[in-house]
Amino acid sequence: MRLIKFLAEWFDCRLQLGQPIKEAIQHRVPRSTASWAYVFGSASLTVMILQFVTGICLAFVYIPSAGQAWSSLEVLNEEQSFGWFIRALHGWGSNFMVALVLIHMVQVFLFGAYKFPRELTWIVGVFLLLMTLGMAFTGQVLRFDQDAYWGLGIGASIMGRVPVIGAPLVHLMLGGPIIAGETLSRFFAIHVFIVPGSLIAFVGLHLLMVLKLGVNEWPMPGRVVKRATYLKEYRDLTHKDGVPFVPDAFRKDFVFSGLIILALMVCAACFGPFGPKGQPDPTVVQAVPRPDYFFLWMYAALALLPPDMETILLLVGPVIGIGFLIALPLISGTGEKHWRRRPVAVLSVLLIIISLAALTQLGTYAPWSPMMNAWSSAPVPSKLLQGRSALERQGALVFQAKQCRNCHALGGEGGQRGPALDTVATRLTADQLIRQVLQGRGNMPAYGKNLSPAETTALVAFLESLHPSSQPPARDASLASADAATPARGAAGKP
Amino acid sequence: MPELNQERTPITISHSDHAMPSRRQMLMTLGIALNAVAGALFAAPVIGYILGPALRREREEGLAWITLGPISNFPEGETRLATYRNPLVRPWDGETGAIPCWVRRIAADKFQVFAINCTHLGCPVRWFPQSGLFMCPCHGGAYYADGSRASGPPPRGLFEYKYTIVGGKLWIEAGQLPTLASPPSLACADQTRRCSCA
Repeated sequence: MRLIKFLAEWFDCRLQLGQPIKEAIQHRVPRSTASWAYVFGSASLTVMILQFVTGICLAFVYIPSAGQAWSSLEVLNEEQSFGWFIRALHGWGSNFMVALVLIHMVQVFLFGAYKFPRELTWIVGVFLLLMTLGMAFTGQVLRFDQDAYWGLGIGASIMGRVPVIGAPLVHLMLGGPIIAGETLSRFFAIHVFIVPGSLIAFVGLHLLMVLKLGVNEWPMPGRVVKRATYLKEYRDLTHKDGVPFVPDAFRKDFVFSGLIILALMVCAACFGPFGPKGQPDPTVVQAVPRPDYFFLWMYAALALLPPDMETILLLVGPVIGIGFLIALPLISGTGEKHWRRRPVAVLSVLLIIISLAALTQLGTYAPWSPMMNAWSSAPVPSKLLQGRSALERQGALVFQAKQCRNCHALGGEGGQRGPALDTVATRLTADQLIRQVLQGRGNMPAYGKNLSPAETTALVAFLESLHPSSQPPARDASLASADAATPARGAAGKP
Repeated sequence: MPELNQERTPITISHSDHAMPSRRQMLMTLGIALNAVAGALFAAPVIGYILGPALRREREEGLAWITLGPISNFPEGETRLATYRNPLVRPWDGETGAIPCWVRRIAADKFQVFAINCTHLGCPVRWFPQSGLFMCPCHGGAYYADGSRASGPPPRGLFEYKYTIVGGKLWIEAGQLPTLASPPSLACADQTRRCSCA
């Protein structure tokens, strides 16, 4: 014990850090901030430190070479002792960190913490969010598999839409004319040196400002932030009703960080590492690329944006979004902090959360993508074939063989790109079906060149049979005689 | 320990302050100038190095004529997958140096060679001979057999390579990832784009 004391004094006599550290961690904060609502920032920092540790561990084995990265991931998963677990920790850590940073951001936004004098703390935080997302994207690239390869293709295609400097930007991003060795090396340098280095610097700034300006007090309705009086009010608050950060406010941070580390380890141990999926071989064209969870909303938005607005929204949208986040504390740096007095802020947060959740949910099953193997793997439900004429059954064959099923579901199976056709006959007449199939419309390609007249007749006969027995097929009201309206069916010899 | 600090506080100025202000100023000015020059000289190659891939005129240098094999590999009236090794490769490119493309043989010496990448966001389109469509697995783009846009978000038809037939072999001009900013060689027919063969 005396030896420890002696050593501590020996070092502190030379380092002179003891006193400043003591002062820093014991600085007084408002009692109200010793709350479970304030634990997400410190938890993000904890997970970031874990990411540094596991990331450095991965670098011991991982090879940032396009030709070998995938095999080195396999070695990590299968051969290196605890390799799978380190990979799992790093992958899950990335998810945890993005989630914690977002929760932290929502909390400080709803608590008005970005207002005077903490505007710059928020702005630095916006950059930290962007860096965190940047780490998530570049990390997904380093997991160099099919998804990474085509994800890079998507990134390059977005860059390619930038006017004038699009082509050089694509080459800058890829490090060459195609996605290959230099692309991976480039993303390795970004993921391992550039962004982590900036993260350390910006986290340092962020924390320094939290120390200097104090933790944002729990907002009260009616306690309005004014530039002239806030600093004094805050000083009074911390003096009259303040507690030292360590240990009073720190306890909950400490407990929560511990819980987060345990939760992370449980996730990693139970669910294991992410991928790698198939090898990054572009000649395997059966790939169905999907982004990681946190980019699913973007993937969905890219499928659902109106095509003619897409380029503008892709290029201008992020600029406006990030610009708004940065400008936010400068626009509304004073005034009410309490959420009850800020309905627009609360509704905006809800709107954003609901939109992102809805897009993410859509992204998980991608109804806009044709189901590439539905035509050969999903049989026509037998009840749609029972009691049908030979021509109608032939039409069902055409329906499968021409891959209609890839976009149109029958009996709940098949693509969702187009409408399900279980009751199509109640919506379209035979003539309308023929027109739609041959000429296409909206998102439906025209099949005129790919269907013989016999195939078309059979297909439409089958589609015309798709109606509930209780509901008759649609009829052309302009034709007086119902029989005359469907010559094709008449010719098919209905019993 | 505080004593250490206190020892440092009385700073004695050995020579008179006013004696050589111009010389001190000059040294400072010289320092600023020297470091500005050194900084610029240091930064120029670093920036040039990082921006290298963008500055290099790879649009010109990277493109090369590559053979996809004898034309007899491609039956008339069919569309088949072909792969080639990118002209500019590094030894460590591995599988990524191989690029696929779709070859459609319309008639004896009439071809269309499509890039694999969807014009929307670059995903690999797949050919379905039965329905005569290229379908994209990502956002639901579809193209007709001749590469023209059929449906979905793609802003244009499939990118096409320029091709020629020499010695019974099919050759294409290839070498870069096709995007809207730099489609492969056929874009030369498109007068609005900058390209090598203009």
